[in-house]
Amino acid sequence: MADYGFHTLAVHAGAQPDPATGARTTPIYQTSAFVFEDADQAAALFNLQVFGNIYSRLMNPTVAVLEERVAALEGGTAGLAASSGHAAQHLVFHTIMEPGAEFIAARQLYGGSVNQFNQSFKKYDWHARWADATDPDSFKRQVTDKTRAIFCESIANPGGVISDLEGIARVAEDAGVPLIVDNTLATPYLIRPFEWGANIIVHSATKFLGGHGNSLAGVIVEGGTFDWSKSGKYTTMIEENVSYHGIRFYETFGDFAFCVAARTLALRDLGPCLAPQNAFLVLTGIETLPLRMRRHCDNALAVARWLKADPRVAWVNYSGLEDHPLHAAHKKYCPKGAGAVFTFGLKGGYEAGMKMVNSVRIFSHLANIGDTRSLVIHPASTTHRQLSDEDRVKAGAGAEVVRLSIGIEDVADLIADLDQAMAD
Amino acid sequence: MPYPNYPDALIARILRSVKTIAMVGASPNESRPSYFAMKYLLDKGFKIIPVNPGQAGGEILGQRAYARVSDLQAPVDMVDIFRNSEAAGAITDEVIANKDRLGVKVLWMQLSVINEDAAKRADAAGLTVIMNRCPKIEYGRLSGEIGWYGVNRRVIDNRKHAAFNKGGSLARG
Repeated sequence: MADYGFHTLAVHAGAQPDPATGARTTPIYQTSAFVFEDADQAAALFNLQVFGNIYSRLMNPTVAVLEERVAALEGGTAGLAASSGHAAQHLVFHTIMEPGAEFIAARQLYGGSVNQFNQSFKKYDWHARWADATDPDSFKRQVTDKTRAIFCESIANPGGVISDLEGIARVAEDAGVPLIVDNTLATPYLIRPFEWGANIIVHSATKFLGGHGNSLAGVIVEGGTFDWSKSGKYTTMIEENVSYHGIRFYETFGDFAFCVAARTLALRDLGPCLAPQNAFLVLTGIETLPLRMRRHCDNALAVARWLKADPRVAWVNYSGLEDHPLHAAHKKYCPKGAGAVFTFGLKGGYEAGMKMVNSVRIFSHLANIGDTRSLVIHPASTTHRQLSDEDRVKAGAGAEVVRLSIGIEDVADLIADLDQAMAD
Repeated sequence: MPYPNYPDALIARILRSVKTIAMVGASPNESRPSYFAMKYLLDKGFKIIPVNPGQAGGEILGQRAYARVSDLQAPVDMVDIFRNSEAAGAITDEVIANKDRLGVKVLWMQLSVINEDAAKRADAAGLTVIMNRCPKIEYGRLSGEIGWYGVNRRVIDNRKHAAFNKGGSLARG
């Protein structure tokens, strides 16, 4: 399998012809439940002693293909899908955290994650401490004996900041905690976080993986490298579980134990499962992931260069530009491309930005990224609106910032659209 | 890829040809990994002989348990070691001493059980040696079943697995 190339895995990993009919594409198993062979097999399934299908909250054969495909593309041992990226994050933290525990998160995050951490996770008594994605020492300073995990985005939303994954991974390793990386904006085409020391990856597959702006989905991938037993802190992974007659997850399932635990405990009890129809659409999108990412990145660089040279533009925050402070980080972590999401500011400030957003005719003004269609938004008043002014600026979403998610259209048309939208 | 690196074709050949497996370190405790593996493999049609001095004379999952490999009767195609890497040494030597009498072809060591010296001795004696693998997980990988848990099987398979190979069937179960 290590011999197959990325394009081949994108089309094939996880799939096989349907045994019942020979259907080549993955059938949409639009079923809530599955018959058992007999009472003994049913009991063995519930005990996790044999592999099989029970109920689509826990597992579904269409969804399983997506889980395996993303795991294979990331080079992980197993995957677990959820109804959204937020849901995937919820399942990861639910498996790792306990009341009173802490985790360290980069400030440069999608506003939705900041809210999830500061609002709903806080309600569970899980506490975030904040650090700078480009400064590993800032993570080290936040480590306490309550720290259970570190979280960052590989390429951060909205400004395309590239995190120092290698440095942050070293801090996590020294602290004995897993590094969780949200690889949504990069996708494994640009960055494979396990290669830099990450232990768990999360995706909003809604974005570039599915790629067509039609389906909400989330995926967790496990690297299989973290020793859950070493520190004694990860009770869910190492203690006898009463709801499964005393099995210890890490001991029983080894290098795919985290995904089994997240599935049979967190997903079982919280329920944010992925619909098979959505899994099918995301899978179909993934087949062209490398082709689309190539086009996304080439278009983004061309648009960024054009904006940078335009007299109406004050600044462009895209690490693909040679004079950007993170250009070297781009060359190190994602030499194939700097991604397709970046921000810029107009000399006319907030007002000019708003006028531009209202005047585009090809770019769509909406809250999403990673679509075939080019997208535009003003993060401060939308995706990062519910943050404080200070947190907004720290996240890269100050008042005058406009965010672009460049699609796969003809780049001349995108440039012409921005040009006319900036006209007086 | 776990160490050592074995070709899928080798693992598949072993799982298809072996019929009787002696499981050294089998446990009657439902929550133990060896119980899980034994139940799964029995379900797949393998004959499993539990070997555990503490359980000798009793039964695990309806199978009569023996104290040690030397107490077994032929045929035993494979010995599966569910003990730690150090204990695997002495067990390997006992298997080598009994291999002609029992007809053992394969010496298999479970996940995290790696004993290079024992493997060399077994190999020199003509046994096929597999270390650091679980037959349940390998069967699940190669049959596709473990994919239902989102596990990366590291297999690309373009053939339709046998279910109703030539149309429908009146057979049930």
